Amino acid sequence: MTEYVPKSAGTVTKYIVVESPSVTPAELAIRAYEVSQGLIIKETCFGLAINGKEDEVNQLITQLRTLDPDHIFIKDRGFPPGDPRRCRANLGGARPGFHGIEYETTVLPYVSHGLEELRSRDAGDIPAPQNPLETKKLDVYTLKKLIEAQEP
Amino acid sequence: MAKIFIYPATSLILSDLVARYGHTPLSSAIAVRERIQTAGIESVPLQITPEEPKKGLRWAAVEVPSGVRGRMALYGPMIEACDAAIVINDADLAFGCMGCARTNELIKYLIREKNVPRLDLNYPKNEEEGVRFVAAIKRFLAEMGGGE
Repeated sequence: MTEYVPKSAGTVTKYIVVESPSVTPAELAIRAYEVSQGLIIKETCFGLAINGKEDEVNQLITQLRTLDPDHIFIKDRGFPPGDPRRCRANLGGARPGFHGIEYETTVLPYVSHGLEELRSRDAGDIPAPQNPLETKKLDVYTLKKLIEAQEP
Repeated sequence: MAKIFIYPATSLILSDLVARYGHTPLSSAIAVRERIQTAGIESVPLQITPEEPKKGLRWAAVEVPSGVRGRMALYGPMIEACDAAIVINDADLAFGCMGCARTNELIKYLIREKNVPRLDLNYPKNEEEGVRFVAAIKRFLAEMGGGE
């Protein structure tokens, strides 16, 4: 058994995902380098990974979000940027967790549209989406009827 | 500021919207970070040690596979701490091995049993559904006392 000493204790890491027609990850990285002080910033294909003290990271995120608030999305990350346990440079293939971001990236344009619309519309006036738990599924009796109806 | 458990616990969209509307998202990254930043015995990649399945006994019985109990050691404390939950029901990205699948079922069951305010949704599939999706989350979080 080997002793484990954490290298990034007391810091937080956040992903910034850009799904914008006007801001690219490279532009966002340049802006982040301009305004940050001593934070670790890593540019990725979908945005940035930022590591540092929580207050400083939150401050930077607030500033970056102003560039395109409806098209920049942020989530927490457990590992620091470039950690060999997660980085695809060491593992090969897609990074674990990338597929989740990849799927949600296909939904982000709809969410961005929703955020834009809610700037001019009141959320209370918009009808609620259908509750997935109330959606009726095909019951076994109807299925049996369908099967029997197809018999010669 | 309320603590909102999100499912899928890795969701970028839910994590962002909950934080955007002034609350704290409880996601798996928080639980993983806690373990990554705690000194102890090296256990790559997630620092899940044999202690985790023992902690998971609080939420799953001893005959339940250790994979489920180990995962519950991450999610269980967050479910207990949450004030509300937002659940996306058609999240195919949460698909995984039987350990993940059973843990997902147990997570949904525990959220229902906890009897906290819960918002059930599906991912939006067009722009109109996107507007309804965001509006529903905004309304739900406003009821919890949040604001952008």
